[in-house]
Amino acid sequence: MLSCRDVVALATDYAEGRLPWRARTQMRLHLAMCALCRRYIHQMDLTKSLLGRLGRNPERHEIPPSVREAFRNRKAD
Amino acid sequence: MPEDSIGPDTRLRDQLLAGDEAAFEALVSANHGSMLRFARNFISRADVAEEVVQETWLAVLKGLAAFEGRSSLKTWIFHILANRARTRAIREGRVIPFADLGAPEDEALNPDMASRFAEGGGWSQPPAPWDADTPESILLRQEAMDQFQTALETLPPAQRTVVTLRDVEGWSAEDACNVLQISETNQRVLLHRARTRLRRALEGVLAR
Repeated sequence: MLSCRDVVALATDYAEGRLPWRARTQMRLHLAMCALCRRYIHQMDLTKSLLGRLGRNPERHEIPPSVREAFRNRKAD
Repeated sequence: MPEDSIGPDTRLRDQLLAGDEAAFEALVSANHGSMLRFARNFISRADVAEEVVQETWLAVLKGLAAFEGRSSLKTWIFHILANRARTRAIREGRVIPFADLGAPEDEALNPDMASRFAEGGGWSQPPAPWDADTPESILLRQEAMDQFQTALETLPPAQRTVVTLRDVEGWSAEDACNVLQISETNQRVLLHRARTRLRRALEGVLAR
């Protein structure tokens, strides 16, 4: 049986799909019965989603002149 | 020719080889920023990082004909960048965050989580419900986002690198491990520690 401490330690293994099936089953059982751990896992998922949002609109960079130059010179080969 | 070798990235390669400057400009413009950030994981000086990224683009142009589309173009570019950044860091005597990773400490729990459990393994300080419960609603909370950004920026370097590649930039575990040259397990431990800390930072602001 997994303790709540175990669940927290395994949270990322679980989210990544890297738990062997027995541990995964125990995890799902624990989560079915434990609202506190369900909340924790949900908050870990939220954290990951939020990070994903940060990456959504990456800023565009100007192409450095020397790099543009290299491309044009190559084209001329 | 197998289907998957004629992917969008081999098409892009062909466009670039044919001299399509707009396509090249788009490629550089989309990736230069994250390449700079990535290089800064190995190289402390911004000007040196800029140099290394520009050299990478030149190397990309040189090696483009040899790109076979087995990985994505982006991953291929970042491989080249990682190698150059590592080499440059070694030349400058810098410690590389992943070089000594070896076996991570046998610590499945972050120190800051250990105190939240009673001896039997049950919660002594359980997670509180949060005021904002979706990414969209958290994004609107200025203080939460400020704390979150700060926490991300002050993560230990190896954790910050992994969580940025995996969760912010959306790379697969396989691509991240290949480019960083670390094992899947090491990568996962770092990811776990980073997410655990970041969750904790959000909890500090959002817990009711």
